[in-house]
Amino acid sequence: MSEMFEIVAATPVAENLTRFEIRAPRIARKQQPGQFVIVRVHDHGERIPLTIAGSNPEAGTITLVVQGIGKTTRLMNSLEAGQFLLDVVGPLGQPSEIRQYGTVVVVGGGVGTAIAWPTARALRDAGNHVITILGARSKSLVILEDELRAASSDLFVTTDDGSYGRQGLVTDVLKDLLAGDKPVDFVLAIGPIPMMRGVAEVTRPYGVPTTVSLNSIMVDGTGMCGGCRVLVGGEARFACVDGPEFDAHTVDFAVLAQRNAMYRAAERDALDRFTQHPEQDRQRVEHTCQLARRHPELTESS
Amino acid sequence: MTNPLKPKDRVKIPRQEMPTQPAEQRRSDFDEVNLGLTTVQAHSEASRCLECSHPECVHGCPVGVKVREFVELVHQGDFLAAAAKIREDNVLPAVTGRVCPQEDQCEGHCILGKRFEPLGIGYLERFVADYERSQGTLALPPKAPPTGKRVAIIGSGPAGLSAAGDLVMRGHEVTVFEALHEPGGVLIYGIPEFRLPKAIVRQEIDNLRQLGICFETNVVIGKTITIDELLGEEGYHAVFVATGAGLPKFLGVAGEHLAGVYSANEFLTRVNLMRASDFPDYDEPVYDCRDRTVAVVGGGNTAMDAVRTALRLGARRALLVYRRTQEEMPARKEEVEHALQEGVEFVTLTTPLEFLGDEQGRLTAARCQRMELGEPDESGRRSPVAIAGSEFELPLDLVIIALGTGANPLVQSTTPDLETDRRGYIRANDDTLQTSKPGVFAGGDIVTGSATVILAMGAGRKAAAAIHEYLAAQA
Ligand SMILES: Cc1cc2nc3c(=O)[nH]c(=O)nc-3n(C[C@H](O)[C@H](O)[C@H](O)COP(=O)(O)OP(=O)(O)OC[C@H]3O[C@@H](n4cnc5c(N)ncnc54)[C@H](O)[C@@H]3O)c2cc1C
Ligand SMILES: Cc1cc2nc3c(=O)[nH]c(=O)nc-3n(C[C@H](O)[C@H](O)[C@H](O)COP(=O)(O)OP(=O)(O)OC[C@H]3O[C@@H](n4cnc5c(N)ncnc54)[C@H](O)[C@@H]3O)c2cc1C
Ligand code: SF4
Ligand code: SF4
Ligand code: FES
Repeated sequence: MSEMFEIVAATPVAENLTRFEIRAPRIARKQQPGQFVIVRVHDHGERIPLTIAGSNPEAGTITLVVQGIGKTTRLMNSLEAGQFLLDVVGPLGQPSEIRQYGTVVVVGGGVGTAIAWPTARALRDAGNHVITILGARSKSLVILEDELRAASSDLFVTTDDGSYGRQGLVTDVLKDLLAGDKPVDFVLAIGPIPMMRGVAEVTRPYGVPTTVSLNSIMVDGTGMCGGCRVLVGGEARFACVDGPEFDAHTVDFAVLAQRNAMYRAAERDALDRFTQHPEQDRQRVEHTCQLARRHPELTESS
Repeated sequence: MTNPLKPKDRVKIPRQEMPTQPAEQRRSDFDEVNLGLTTVQAHSEASRCLECSHPECVHGCPVGVKVREFVELVHQGDFLAAAAKIREDNVLPAVTGRVCPQEDQCEGHCILGKRFEPLGIGYLERFVADYERSQGTLALPPKAPPTGKRVAIIGSGPAGLSAAGDLVMRGHEVTVFEALHEPGGVLIYGIPEFRLPKAIVRQEIDNLRQLGICFETNVVIGKTITIDELLGEEGYHAVFVATGAGLPKFLGVAGEHLAGVYSANEFLTRVNLMRASDFPDYDEPVYDCRDRTVAVVGGGNTAMDAVRTALRLGARRALLVYRRTQEEMPARKEEVEHALQEGVEFVTLTTPLEFLGDEQGRLTAARCQRMELGEPDESGRRSPVAIAGSEFELPLDLVIIALGTGANPLVQSTTPDLETDRRGYIRANDDTLQTSKPGVFAGGDIVTGSATVILAMGAGRKAAAAIHEYLAAQA
């Protein structure tokens, strides 16, 4: 029997988005911006990668922000404080490269905002002038605005429908910044694939170094299976150990999108079943929780 | 010697055949193929042994299982004593009886094999281990008193498990760290259920737990904790690195990024560890093989496991693409035979040059080339040479690359004073498995490159002995 991971807090932050504090002391001590964990909710569950949005080594907790898009993330977002996750492993992946670039633009789209948050803070702490652009479909989906404002000198919001901030795409704001008189030295873009591809195309002619975080499908997260491979500069790289951050100008986004579409039918099937019959998964979660409560020694590793 | 038969009569007894599930049935389920010898069969097989005074079989076994002695006990009907005899040298007999390449090892050296069929040593080992399991008793010697020393083992494959078993018996406190959520290494994530039921592996691991070994899953050494931290603030006195050879090799040809190209590691992990064959009851999906054409590239055990798994997932055609001939395939002979019986099609003397896809990035075909056998290479096998102008297209829905594995660099890259060779494998002393770093030992596939279960277990034992000495010298 192995350890289980307590959900200390679960707070909805926007439509379909929940912020979790999870007790995982070893990971909390080690985490660096840009790294992720792999989570398996219950004993029939799949392994999904989630970025560590922050950690509190004193309290022994890590922060995860989860967007409910398919079965596992929706199941996760239905969990509450006091419940347990069966498996959490990490911190995985290479930490973000934090340097003093000068002026940095951080672009966050959707849940990518949460992924970019710890790196934005670290960039600011390293003495960069951080400008943040947050993009969402509409106002209710804008997340972590206050948190990112605190980490930035300037912050812009764009929404597709114009319900908040400027109507349009993050790339519209980015283009203005690049065309402006203040030079931009580095861009970090994390979000949906079309957004990251768009940012890469916008910065390419300016030659501004641009980094993206790739969300390929993963299984083990240790370089053992090769399922997460992406094409970067014409070469296969493993996102879980070589990444997840790569030079945006050399990433083949089409291949990433194609590989991520591989299980679409099965994913839809799983989500439908879960929506119609969530009881079975709830029971499996409850089983983990009972086990954890009966064996408190398995939940408090120091 | 209790066998009343004369040697000339013993050699006349035919080798017992392993009862199996019928091929038509087993190709569509994941139940174990081999059913195991009956008691009558085991007795009859054991009576074939010539009880040699210099048993060659023992030299053929990498850990020196006392074959003659345990076979004699089988013949006497004392199966538990036979199990105890095997356990003196081998802590996972239910596993090795099933997966050892016996034809190259114990049985390959058996004197009977010179003129007749060799003794079915693997069958008997499996029989004895299964009997022991069915009795629920474990023939274990008593544990030594606590030494107060703590040993960390990295990786829970056969090398890690056997080292853990030996060290705990010698009174040390042992923790096994495993990156995945379940211990067992390749025995859990690689070798399929139909060859090695997971219940057997789990039971062996439970036995080790009962001996007091602590398993910490979900810990990636090098990420969650480093080796220096294990030896420092985590308070361990020695470390054994047994991380296996978990880095998939690809062909390096165009089109390997297409959706529909898997490494064998990924395909088998999805099905074995994550139980994708039971989707949607289990959440992890795997490519839907039903009515598709699936090709596996390779000729080893991993390739056989992958191609037979694809068949069981409903593939219409399951092809094995190999660049030499069936003769040269490194897989166990039994697996090759079983694969053919189940309807796997061998496409030999063929190698893929490139994978082709549609505009959605999905695999549609492999462009292949025919080969012929040339001069023997350094491994003694005749090396394949391309035949000019023999290129052809093989239409495919899924391809699984099973070309072996390399050294996973996670631990090495975070332990700078751990010396590795050119290919990234950890350097360790042949006799003691001591690495360049004091207190750190290494063994199994991470030192030798992909080998066998029994060799990894042998390395685990050797390391345990050396670690025991090292700890004694520290006191
Ligand atoms: C390094 C990394 C960090 C991530 N960080 C976060 C995060 O902080 N918050 C967050 O909400 N999401 C994050 N993701 C994405 C998250 O892992 C997926 O949304 C999740 O796996 C989807 O699972 P599902 O069952 O809910 O949806 P599914 O129905 O399985 O999938 C829906 C879509 O998600 C993608 N997906 C499916 N399985 C995986 C997988 N195992 N790995 C990656 N993508 C997958 C596919 O493109 C699919 O089309 C991250 C992904 C990666 C690779
Ligand atoms: C599909 C397949 C079929 C095979 N069939 C046979 C067969 O029939 N007969 C035979 O004799 N051999 C067979 N082999 C080979 C045999 O399985 C291996 O030689 C053997 O398992 C090696 O044992 P090991 O203990 O060195 O490593 P592994 O079994 O590879 O175990 C290593 C373990 O370490 C863990 N790990 C790795 N890195 C870390 C880390 N940083 N932190 C924590 N944990 C870590 C891994 O997750 C894994 O669980 C087969 C191999 C495969 C892949
Ligand atoms: S461990 Fe393997 S090689 Fe040794 S006797 Fe048993 S089956 Fe033969
Ligand atoms: S070599 Fe063969 S016949 Fe001789 S003792 Fe070993 S198993 Fe028996
Ligand atoms: S997830 Fe398996 S190698 Fe990256």
